[in-house]
Amino acid sequence: MSAIQPPAETVWWKQPLDKVEGTWIAIALVWSLFMFFMMPFWHVYGKQNLSSEAYKTTPQAYMAKTQAMVDQYTIRTETDAKLPVVRPPPGSDVYLLGRLWQWWPLLELEKGQTYRLHISSMDWQHGFSLQPVNINTQILPGYEMVLTITPDTDGEQTIICNEFCGIGHHNMVGKIYVTEGET
Amino acid sequence: MSNELFRTCPESGLQFHRPAERLMKAHAVVAVVILLLGGIAALLVTLTRWPAVHLLPADRFYQLLTSHGVNMLIFWIISFEIAILYFCSSTLLKCRLATPKLAWVGFGLMLLGIIVNNLAVANGDASVMMTSYVPMPANPNFYLGLILFAVGALIGCFIFLATLVVAKDEKTYEGSIPLVTFGALTACIIAVFTIASGAIVLVPTWLWSLGYINNIDAAMYRIVWWALGHSSQQINVAAHVSVWYAIAAIVFGARPLSEKVSRTAFFLYIAFLQLASAHHLLVDPGLSAEWKIFNTSYAMYLAVLASMVHGLTVPGSIEVAQRAKGYTKGLFQWLQKAPWSNPIFSGMFISLVGFGFLGGISGVVMGTEQINIIIHNTIYVPGHFHATVVIGTTLAFMSLTYFLIPTLFRKQVAFPGIAKLQPYFFGIGMSVFALAMMGAGTLGVERRHWDMAFTNSTLAFEYPASAYTLMGIMGVAGVVAILGGAMYILVTVTSVFFGKPVGSESSYGFTTARVSRADPLIVPEGGHAAAGKWGFAAPGTFLLAIFFLVTFILYYAVNWKYLASVWPLS
Ligand code: HEM
Ligand SMILES: [Cu+2]
Repeated sequence: MSAIQPPAETVWWKQPLDKVEGTWIAIALVWSLFMFFMMPFWHVYGKQNLSSEAYKTTPQAYMAKTQAMVDQYTIRTETDAKLPVVRPPPGSDVYLLGRLWQWWPLLELEKGQTYRLHISSMDWQHGFSLQPVNINTQILPGYEMVLTITPDTDGEQTIICNEFCGIGHHNMVGKIYVTEGET
Repeated sequence: MSNELFRTCPESGLQFHRPAERLMKAHAVVAVVILLLGGIAALLVTLTRWPAVHLLPADRFYQLLTSHGVNMLIFWIISFEIAILYFCSSTLLKCRLATPKLAWVGFGLMLLGIIVNNLAVANGDASVMMTSYVPMPANPNFYLGLILFAVGALIGCFIFLATLVVAKDEKTYEGSIPLVTFGALTACIIAVFTIASGAIVLVPTWLWSLGYINNIDAAMYRIVWWALGHSSQQINVAAHVSVWYAIAAIVFGARPLSEKVSRTAFFLYIAFLQLASAHHLLVDPGLSAEWKIFNTSYAMYLAVLASMVHGLTVPGSIEVAQRAKGYTKGLFQWLQKAPWSNPIFSGMFISLVGFGFLGGISGVVMGTEQINIIIHNTIYVPGHFHATVVIGTTLAFMSLTYFLIPTLFRKQVAFPGIAKLQPYFFGIGMSVFALAMMGAGTLGVERRHWDMAFTNSTLAFEYPASAYTLMGIMGVAGVVAILGGAMYILVTVTSVFFGKPVGSESSYGFTTARVSRADPLIVPEGGHAAAGKWGFAAPGTFLLAIFFLVTFILYYAVNWKYLASVWPLS
């Protein structure tokens, strides 16, 4: 009987498989397992993996840490709003915060160096989206996420927000400048 | 059983329980009205994201995007699904619907929820997107509307389950329930889980919005919200796969290749899909890699396997049915001779192919733990889910409607010429739309974003020109798809409210191949495999499946390669 009627054979579970089904199931299963193992494989052999390092925090505590870094390492300001551009030493802990509606402060990093980039939100959820290199993560208030990054292209990268965060969402832009090492 | 309570559709032979019939009609009508609302919002939103048009101001855009998301994803689909649940239980099992009065209470709650939620969004203080991520606050009625709707839908689910029990008790069928009803049962079980998660997340959020709860943890909210948000997509998959099987049966009298395989595949959905909310959280802070890998793959992709199985068995069963009728030439005569001008079939087939090739492949690729880094929250994501939930679910439901108009509503399909073209406009428009979004997302264009040019922002950023071209293509194709949607609404509303009654199958309004009369089992000499090739009963379908797999593998590889080019992260 057809699929909208009860099965003709009452003991349908004993019906043998057609060869076409058996073959396809075998192929699809192998592919599924391959895709599954690809993920742990990339953790071992690939270079792009998010760490699960994160801490509970509060907007006040996180703001204090970011402010301290800004006070210590600001090298210039930009635009009429005098946005600080911070150049922290290679290998250090770098703090970036998202708030309505900016990414603060602007950062200047050295190509080929590794940094521990901390990100958190002061208010609502935000989406850290670094363009054009195209790295995207979710940023939550109350959580401080740590990404270990190694910029390997120089030039200007823009941080945009790709989690809706209210009426100014589409104006929320920040920058990461990547410079050649100064030798 | 009193005879007045039942009527038998003279053409299809389906038996309708009158109280159930009225409920199905009510749910379907509400669903279509909501689809219209969501469609108007879709047009305005699309015309805003099309950079050359950029129609709405920012606040209206975010408001209508919220309305579009909630109305389409939740209200349209679930309202239609409740009608399907009643059809698959009461009609397919020839059984009375359990407690129709209570079912009307469920209907009333759903309708009330829709109204309360829509009023809140219309009020302008609930433009928080369907996800309503805390701590961004919305008008409390936004959550209240969703809660009322969910309670109503839950009642519908329990009535479906109760009807299965009644049918068993009253022995209205023999043996096991039909495969399609089994698929609906799968959808229903997932729905109960989904709605429970919805209550766990939305009730506290509602109380928080009223000031009774101080704080809701953003990470916790996302985990529980996606248990709702993701599983509800599994309801849709189970429901539209059931509709595919139903249409194959209705149009071709197709029988499942094997009941065992198809039912096991449905069962895999129940067993593994619940874990999959993880793929929305792959770049959230603090979750361990092991947790993400196990859960995003739905435990080693066993549910993906299930979908790949249905993707073979549905067209495979059609191929076998067609071959049995003598369309055995070459690999594809069965497909060539399919009734392409019958929208019940053409819509279903486009739904199947689009869901698999566009929605399925993109979903697995972006749900890969590391690849998500280059895709999360870009417009690739709506590109993916318009292929699943619009080409897959919505188009499947539209196709089924063309069958329900004559059989359930007893009306001729109005404007048959338009109905014939409708699935092509909608399906092809949506496919191009989704592909363009995926392309733009690959270039980093954001979702839920009013201005990709960043005109008013202090710091500038410019996307490459190709991103603008792709967003333009998205706009044009979106408008074509909306036209397809409008054609559907025109045909259904005109048929249902102003249509001429049907007298016979030939007065349906378009040519039907064959409605619902399953063929007496014709088995070709030497069994089904003999009508096929290579010892396969469905060699054409197998070849298509291999083509699918090759596409999948190539696209998967390309994305890993792209990922390998971004900055090292650890
Ligand atoms: C012709 C039909 C449609 C068109 C042209 C269309 C267009 C769009 C556009 C342009 C967006 C905005 C993407 C963004 O900026 O992030 C969107 C979002 C969305 N659409 Fe559609 N859509 C259509 C039908 C549907 C249907 C039938 C459904 C569901 C069944 C649906 C579900 C959604 C959802 C859930 C969102 C996301 C809202 C959010 O981000 O919160 N759409 N659609
Ligand atoms: Cu933001």
